[in-house]
Amino acid sequence: MTYALVDCNSFYASCERIFRPDLKTKPVVVLSNNDGCVVALSKEAKELGIKMCEPWFKIKDQFIRQGGVAFSSNYELYADISSRVMQTLEQLAPKIEIYSIDEAFLDLKGIDSCMQLDQFGSQCRDTIQQWVGMPVSVGIGPTKTLAKVAQYGAKKYTKTNGVVDLSGQERQKKLMSLMPVGEVWGVGKKINKRLNELGIFTALELSEMNIQFIKKKFSSVLGRTVMELRGHSCIGLDEQRPIKKQIMVSRTFSKQVRDLDSINEAVSDYAVRACEKLRKENQYCTIASVFIRTNYFRKQDKQYSGMLSYKLPYPTNDSRDILFAVKSISKKIFRENYNFIKAGVLLSDFYDEGVHQPDLFASQEKGRRGGKELMQTIDRINSSGLGKISFAAQGIKKSWSMKRQFQSPRYSTNLQELLVVK
Amino acid sequence: MTIDYLGNATEEDLPLLKIPYFLNTVRVGWPSPADDYIERPIDLNEYLIKNIAATYFVRVSGDSMINAHIGDGAILIVDRSIEPKNKMIVIASIDGSYTCKRLILKPKVCLVSENPKYSPILIAKESELEIAGSVIAAINTY
Repeated sequence: MTYALVDCNSFYASCERIFRPDLKTKPVVVLSNNDGCVVALSKEAKELGIKMCEPWFKIKDQFIRQGGVAFSSNYELYADISSRVMQTLEQLAPKIEIYSIDEAFLDLKGIDSCMQLDQFGSQCRDTIQQWVGMPVSVGIGPTKTLAKVAQYGAKKYTKTNGVVDLSGQERQKKLMSLMPVGEVWGVGKKINKRLNELGIFTALELSEMNIQFIKKKFSSVLGRTVMELRGHSCIGLDEQRPIKKQIMVSRTFSKQVRDLDSINEAVSDYAVRACEKLRKENQYCTIASVFIRTNYFRKQDKQYSGMLSYKLPYPTNDSRDILFAVKSISKKIFRENYNFIKAGVLLSDFYDEGVHQPDLFASQEKGRRGGKELMQTIDRINSSGLGKISFAAQGIKKSWSMKRQFQSPRYSTNLQELLVVK
Repeated sequence: MTIDYLGNATEEDLPLLKIPYFLNTVRVGWPSPADDYIERPIDLNEYLIKNIAATYFVRVSGDSMINAHIGDGAILIVDRSIEPKNKMIVIASIDGSYTCKRLILKPKVCLVSENPKYSPILIAKESELEIAGSVIAAINTY
């Protein structure tokens, strides 16, 4: 077996740079929802000593003085760029597994007979850079875990030009001896600490452990990792994107909220968003849940969190049905005199269209008449970029909505926000 | 997270179940003979876009390419997978911003406007020139 792992370098920050050539060498950070903390940073920002998850207000002044540029997260842009990277990979490799928004595993079976593997890696890297504008690093190895080791090397050592082929055992051992065990795929913080206590500090040391000992002391999952580090492939390619089993939309408010009207608006807004996602997956749900909670970190405040679910009489993806459900829940879980900071809507128990056995006596066993067409029309208008249709329940002022002070335009998904050239 | 059980949400909010009384007759008929002839509507994306992953849209501001039929406000279709060649219209990065110009490689490398008002931009070193993609179509609306 031969696998490759293709990983985008500083993905969010690189997305922002595609449309901003002036930022090519500047430090760039991307902030979390509500511009709270740093969730992505470019190499240049790392070199300034900025760390992931650092609160924005702490680094803001100095970062800007040093010429840095910050962005609020622009998920429309990131999702579009991600799908372009994946589409490009689909054309280059026979089989791919989309592992996350910025990583994919490729099955390179058959490719080694046509060309050198590191050559193939460079081809992936150059094509994605040229077509999409995204820098990536590529790791190649006989197992997925070793492909991850290779990719670690490709990212860390600039001499590699972003491509490392770990087909040979000698190179595997050399790189593993330089790699901290905590960086190995599947080794989390806790396991890392326990391994360190046993005197295991590098990937190589882990690969030389007795399998039975690891299985007994840790888990069979870590045993599998050891096998994979030794070059025995245990984890195959997972090509099928699993159908989502639930959809969650939750957000932190920009300020504390104390009244039911605002909670209702927020929850309705999230519900409409969740329904859009549900319709995109062509699914219907029968359970809608809502939660609201106060800010755990404000010790001086009274704390409360509430959650409740609503069983719908028939599977639906009609925003009006879900709105009705979530509003009746939020009324029940709301409490006076609390400072709420976050709310969320969760849809679950999914059905394909027409699969559900309807209740013979339910009055609307098929949902609202013309509902499907209405929802399709709304989705079409909202995705056209020409206008927005929203439900009155979502509110107009949205004083609770997220702060996104530094958001870049949706260059690639909205006609009104295209890049302007002279 | 703590969960407070506050009773069943359905008990008071759901409307009473109405049991249907079937009186309808069933209609039987021939399918439309036109069904066989239904065609897909014309899709401009299919005509204009060759490589979706590598294609971006950008909007033009100004009249520097007017003689190439690229007006102010036109939308350009840019394919990054097409290698830019001599005399092609390209999107290039100059001084940190993107610009649309005709690429000339001989005898000297330069970017030329399609409007006599603007003089050509000479590129001293080829390494300073960064081409983001080739323009494959322009959409002007009137």
